[in-house]
Amino acid sequence: MAGVGGAETTGRKARWTVLNILVVVYALFPVLWIVSLSFKSKATLADGNFIPREWTLDNYAAIFSTTEFVRALVNSIGIALIATAIAVVFGTMAAYAIARLDFPGKRFLVGVSLLIAMFPQISLISPLFQIERSLGLFDTWPGLILPYITFALPLAIYTLSAFFREIPWELEKAAKMDGATPGQAFRRVIAPLAAPGVFTTAILVFIFCWNDFLFAISLTSTENSRTVPVALSFFTGSSQFEDPTGSIAAAAVVITIPIILFVLFFQRRIVAGLTSGAVKG
Amino acid sequence: MAEIVLDKVTKQYPDGAVAVKDVDIEIADGEFIILVGPSGCGKSTTLNMIAGLEDITSGELRIGGERVNERAPKDRDIAMVFQSYALYPHMTVKENMAFPLRLAKVDNATVEKKVRDAAEILDLTQHLDRKPSNLSGGQRQRVAMGRAIVRSPKAFLMDEPLSNLDAKLRVQMRTSVSRLQKQLGTTTVYVTHDQTEAMTLGDRVVVMRGGAVQQVGAPQFLYDHPANLFVAGFIGSPSMNFVPAGLENGVLRSALGDVPLTDRVRGLLAGADAPREVIMGLRPEHFEDARLVEEHLRGGGVTFTSNVDVLESMGSDKFAYFSLSGEQATSQELAELAADAGSADVPGGGVSLVTRISAASTATEGEQAEIWFDADKVQLFDPDTGRNLTYSTE
Repeated sequence: MAGVGGAETTGRKARWTVLNILVVVYALFPVLWIVSLSFKSKATLADGNFIPREWTLDNYAAIFSTTEFVRALVNSIGIALIATAIAVVFGTMAAYAIARLDFPGKRFLVGVSLLIAMFPQISLISPLFQIERSLGLFDTWPGLILPYITFALPLAIYTLSAFFREIPWELEKAAKMDGATPGQAFRRVIAPLAAPGVFTTAILVFIFCWNDFLFAISLTSTENSRTVPVALSFFTGSSQFEDPTGSIAAAAVVITIPIILFVLFFQRRIVAGLTSGAVKG
Repeated sequence: MAEIVLDKVTKQYPDGAVAVKDVDIEIADGEFIILVGPSGCGKSTTLNMIAGLEDITSGELRIGGERVNERAPKDRDIAMVFQSYALYPHMTVKENMAFPLRLAKVDNATVEKKVRDAAEILDLTQHLDRKPSNLSGGQRQRVAMGRAIVRSPKAFLMDEPLSNLDAKLRVQMRTSVSRLQKQLGTTTVYVTHDQTEAMTLGDRVVVMRGGAVQQVGAPQFLYDHPANLFVAGFIGSPSMNFVPAGLENGVLRSALGDVPLTDRVRGLLAGADAPREVIMGLRPEHFEDARLVEEHLRGGGVTFTSNVDVLESMGSDKFAYFSLSGEQATSQELAELAADAGSADVPGGGVSLVTRISAASTATEGEQAEIWFDADKVQLFDPDTGRNLTYSTE
């Protein structure tokens, strides 16, 4: 291309901007459509307008007036948070050991955890269903938390051990020389440096638990432990002739909000390159 | 402050490899001692064992008279400066330096005061609130030193603390490390692979090779009286010249001509059971342009004529490089030194010679020059064992 460098860059910038906008619109359009639906009244629901003619909060009011949805929301938040917390704590310890120690069977352990992560979950549903029923875990919080941890842990270990490997080992030696016990060295030096990794992992695990539908629909039967994605699928209107689209749209918007909040909250803590300056560089 | 004693300290890894073997060193209180040697010689392992970061397989380590083999690093009361500095990136300079004191549960006022004092000594006062990532290499190095000195430990251990700095800063920091050590009077063990640092910094130098101590002594003593080929070749820059020679009827036959044995050399050799084939070692500064040597001195040395390959004028004196025909000196120890210096692959048949001659010399590159050397300064080595046949402690 002939032309001055500056003009060329402006041209490229413009092209990229257009391209990016196209991608974002393509990705967000269904989301915006759902948002739009959730604000439409029953009469205008199927009118095909992107911007609602009549704005209404009826759909939101409706879903929050039923115990079905509120209870599911509580279940979802509780189960996802507990599973995330446990997976991250265990994942941190396991990943630290994998990154730092050389113990017999380490490769085997890593291999097995990878295997679990890749295992098709659908093939486990029937056995899990039987096991949980006989153990009395069926339709309880632990009944969902346990499988979530099982499948989230390999993910957590993988992400975290990559972060731990980035932390120079000399920092730990330095802490020991400075008079720290192994526990103090981990808490005051290693953990703060691994924090971005821990938060990243927490986000990933939380999203995994939050979005799960397969386990939730198979291992629950009542409001006792039913999570939002499942509750959504059971939504009906007040009568079988009523269209629940508005309520489903509103519920879909509501369950997206915690994910966005979660990411925004933790993203601020993920400061890239936190370890720069530790060693020569 | 305390003395450190290594008594037959050995490190053997589970796979059987011996990293350090039977190291005996007595480090006096307040002494600045340097462990020097090529990479893989066990100097860092030795330091890590003193620190407590590596277990001692056998032998005993005593700090201040107490056996500390089984003590964790934190209970040994010694501070370490790492090659990479190992500063805590999430803490400011002040927090970095205060960290050892905080762990020791020192009260706030004392911490504040000690950090201020250390910062003053190291000229870091205006950087106290910055993070390590915003500091230059030299500043980070000083913070690492600061973290070591704040809690006035029994000893400092330094693992190549200057090797990440550029050449000019390294020379500067070398002087300040030396000054700091004198000022604080704390026992210091300093590991380096740089013989210049070893020569300039230490009260005593420990030369290591393959996990074993080769020689311990004051820098000048090691320079003048190396115990073996390895020490002779390692200490000194440019390093000693080695020329193979045959010992016949009190005369050394070599590529530099026939060198008569002086009374001193003859006396030392008498008790040494010398083989017929030896390696002759000559320091570059023991050569001189023959024209500048006074007539009455000439008899005490040997003169040879050769083509000057390269001439480097340093202002104060000149380095003249020669390559002589004849066999190169070969020995296990010299091969190791060459490998460490990275010169093993440099092609060059024959004997290469580095000489340091007076700046007044008129020798020119590419032309013949007549060079004299002092026969009394000759050191002779056994090519098989590397032992210095002319070793003396005077």
